[in-house]
Amino acid sequence: MKKSIQHLVVFLVLAFLYMPILILTFYSFTSSTMIGSVRGFSLDNYVTLFTEPALLSMMGGTVVLALGVGLLSTILGSLGAIGSFYSKRGTRLFVELANDIPIANADVVTGFSVCILTIVIFGIDKSTFVPLVVAQTALCAPFVYLSVMPRLKSMDPALFEAALDLGATPVKAMIKVVIPHIFPGILSGFMTAITLSLDDYFIATYTKPATFDTISTYVVNATRGSQTQIKTALWALSAIIFAIVVIAVVIMNLNKVDSEEERI
Amino acid sequence: MKNAIFNRKQLAVPYMLFLLLFVILPLLVVVYYGFTDAEGHISLANFIGFFANPRTLGTLIYSLVIAVIVTIICLCMAYPVALILAKGAYARKHAFLMVFVLPMWINFTLRITALKEILTLIEGNLALYPFINTIICMVYDFLPFMIMPLFNSLTKLDNSMLEAGADLGANRAQIFIHILLPLSIPGIISGVTMVFLPAMTNYVVLDMVYNSTYIMGSLIGSYFSSYDWNNGSLISAILLMMIGMFTILADRFTMEKEA
Repeated sequence: MKKSIQHLVVFLVLAFLYMPILILTFYSFTSSTMIGSVRGFSLDNYVTLFTEPALLSMMGGTVVLALGVGLLSTILGSLGAIGSFYSKRGTRLFVELANDIPIANADVVTGFSVCILTIVIFGIDKSTFVPLVVAQTALCAPFVYLSVMPRLKSMDPALFEAALDLGATPVKAMIKVVIPHIFPGILSGFMTAITLSLDDYFIATYTKPATFDTISTYVVNATRGSQTQIKTALWALSAIIFAIVVIAVVIMNLNKVDSEEERI
Repeated sequence: MKNAIFNRKQLAVPYMLFLLLFVILPLLVVVYYGFTDAEGHISLANFIGFFANPRTLGTLIYSLVIAVIVTIICLCMAYPVALILAKGAYARKHAFLMVFVLPMWINFTLRITALKEILTLIEGNLALYPFINTIICMVYDFLPFMIMPLFNSLTKLDNSMLEAGADLGANRAQIFIHILLPLSIPGIISGVTMVFLPAMTNYVVLDMVYNSTYIMGSLIGSYFSSYDWNNGSLISAILLMMIGMFTILADRFTMEKEA
């Protein structure tokens, strides 16, 4: 391919991916109620976003849920990876197979099946948040497992034995030797779990308490309604999330460049 | 004494119990519910009903059509991008991949909302083109999930293979068909798996662009709203079977290629 065609392809696909979100970000700073009609600069959308109680509670709820599910998934997934790494082949095979199920499965099916089990069969009340947290953890923990496992495989198995020979207890060896080595995997698993929880719509719909909303379920309900004030406040939310993601990606890449330079 | 109490293998026990209880058991329950009637008797009535009813059968076909179209468009858009990023003018700029996968981290309902505003501006009334809008929104949503695995498989590909092909007199088209394409099949398969299934089940996209036709996911949603656990489970079981077959086929295909 000619260089100019390559640049054109890259430009067109980027335009497709970014144009909507950039245009929406621009209009979130105006008093327009639909894009295309230019009105003056205004921060009203941002004021609504941070003063309207329904919006505040749905944003707060989403973040707290994501952090909780992220933490739970990270603990379960990481311990699961360490344990299965040191287990017999059969056990490990079982864990890997079961671990792959939620990853390959459709979110609709994951959400619906956990809903049937926890709510219909076990009779757990939705408003306890137990079905929601369990179902989202079932989706997220396998991704933590997958991101921790390669770090374990890349670790010199003699390190743990060496720590024991030097007098560390197994628990201490685990905390001082194994955990630090696999920590980057744990961290990236935690981040993945959080993003998955933040992005989830289907699992939340089937298992969430009736009065609780995440960003996804709130947005979908808002598009059915006709409240323009809420609609444009959500533009402001998109702009903020976009900014956070961009900043996070830039910081991550700067760190990567730093650590690569250190290695040289 | 501590040696006797602490065993590294035991660390997996909580996760194994969790997987058994909340991953495997729910699926068994869904399969059981799918093949029983409301009184709890084993029955194939739901299963036969699904394939005998033109409405539900039509839903299956409609979701397959949407999934095939979305997957093909994603593949055709993602392949050149992944190739350019892995082997072309941007090959040395690895951070560039991030720019393409970054949208993945923004909540998909907000991204679809943004695209909807643009489409409304262009089309006037979204409800006039439900099918096309569904396709556009799904491609927009899933494209990064296709670019990533394609990039991963193309970037691992040894450049000397391509150079050897060129030295032996192959032209660009021959290099593509005989070297690039066969070697990137694992990437294509994993990209297709990541797009095809969501395209059959992500009914929120259809809801958001006012497409009232059902796909497989919408059936689960509507049975859920009417507390029809048996039929909802049956749809889940059918989707599970499709996922299972898909995974086995994909595994076999990648293994053959690697062998």
